[in-house]
Amino acid sequence: MAGPDCLVTNDWICGEYLRSRSQELVDATAQHVQITAASVAIGLAVAFPLALLARGRPRFAAPVLGLTTVLYTIPSLAMFSLLLPLFGLSAALVVTGLVLYSLTILVRNTVAGLEAVPAETREAARGMGYGPARMLWEVELPLALPAVMAGLRIATVSTVALTTVGSIVGRGGLGNLIEDALPSFFKAQVLTASVLCVLLAVAADLLLLGVQRLLTPWTRIRTRQAGNREAR
Amino acid sequence: MDVPAKTWAWLTDGANWSGEGGAWHRLGEHLYVSGVALALACAVALPVAFWLGHTGRGGALAVNISNVGRAVPVFAVLALFMVTPLRGAGYVPTIIALVLFAVPPLLTNAYVGMREVDRSVVEAARGMGMSGGQLFVRVELPLAYPMAMTGLRSAAVQVVATATIAAMVGQGGLGRIITAGFNTYDTPQVVAGALLVAGLALLVEAALVAVDRMVSPLRRAV
Repeated sequence: MAGPDCLVTNDWICGEYLRSRSQELVDATAQHVQITAASVAIGLAVAFPLALLARGRPRFAAPVLGLTTVLYTIPSLAMFSLLLPLFGLSAALVVTGLVLYSLTILVRNTVAGLEAVPAETREAARGMGYGPARMLWEVELPLALPAVMAGLRIATVSTVALTTVGSIVGRGGLGNLIEDALPSFFKAQVLTASVLCVLLAVAADLLLLGVQRLLTPWTRIRTRQAGNREAR
Repeated sequence: MDVPAKTWAWLTDGANWSGEGGAWHRLGEHLYVSGVALALACAVALPVAFWLGHTGRGGALAVNISNVGRAVPVFAVLALFMVTPLRGAGYVPTIIALVLFAVPPLLTNAYVGMREVDRSVVEAARGMGMSGGQLFVRVELPLAYPMAMTGLRSAAVQVVATATIAAMVGQGGLGRIITAGFNTYDTPQVVAGALLVAGLALLVEAALVAVDRMVSPLRRAV
């Protein structure tokens, strides 16, 4: 792996590749992060009202959960392709597809988190004069947060991996580098982009875990109980 | 936009269905690699999961393996295979990738299903004098069945999706109709291919739900 020769000999690990294409790698990683962050943020913004709807109106619960499960079944390549006539070759296409995938896990975990709030806690809050909005914001949401964050972490890690498929329309972040390297069997580029992708997923997971710990200081004392509730 | 009309025209044109690159041949490839991979994945994952679940060991491994599976992009793994000598081995690289991504949901779900069997039921069975083998076949396996079946369904969906992405690295399967459409800027063909893939995935899911209803050992209890 020593020296510039590794580009000629097509080694798996190549320091010269990292040096000479660092800008390309940084740009691709930045695009990857932007697409993932936009998808998960929009996914959360859409999933939350859907979860509240599914919980508040039991009539809607089955259709909402059923529809998001059906969306999850559709393979990513087909999903992006079906959106092609609507969006053309754009990042919006990839983001929309990824949002639709993230809904399944986000809606399900949010509903499960809200339903796991103990009835007596709700009673107590109501007895103290909490209205529905304040109860949601100050009582139910904080208690549902561990389940919501667990869903957010799974959705984020999956989204980082799925973004690579966006290279079919040229907006796949690190996936673009993998696709570009295939015709010439450029090993260093395929391996570097793949490893960066996995590292990105791990970093995002750890970041969200840190955020979760900051937001829910009380669970550090009662982790075992919260874990049991999440698992239901 | 007349994409829907042209897509319909593509789907109803017999010429698009016959021949080497036709939809029937691609569907055959898709089902072949998916079927082989799912069978191999079951043969690897289920015995391991049931044994770990029965003995109660290796729990962290069984649960974490599915998190790892989620973080690794299918496309990256397929691309890595295609820059090794494996690329000349026909369907082998696709099948290996499919097995790799089908094992985590199978293993994790079957293991969790085994461990979630009520401990008091297991104790009662032991108290009745059941041996380890009897306990496994007559108590643990039937009670773990629903979770194992959920794992099988996620694995099947994962396999069908992965077989589609194999087209992006030049391997066979229904995805090839989509990638060929992208290469020739033929949007109706892209949409037609996507509809076929999505239809197949939904069909596989529905078929497994139906099979589940028919063979579930708990169906008489419900």
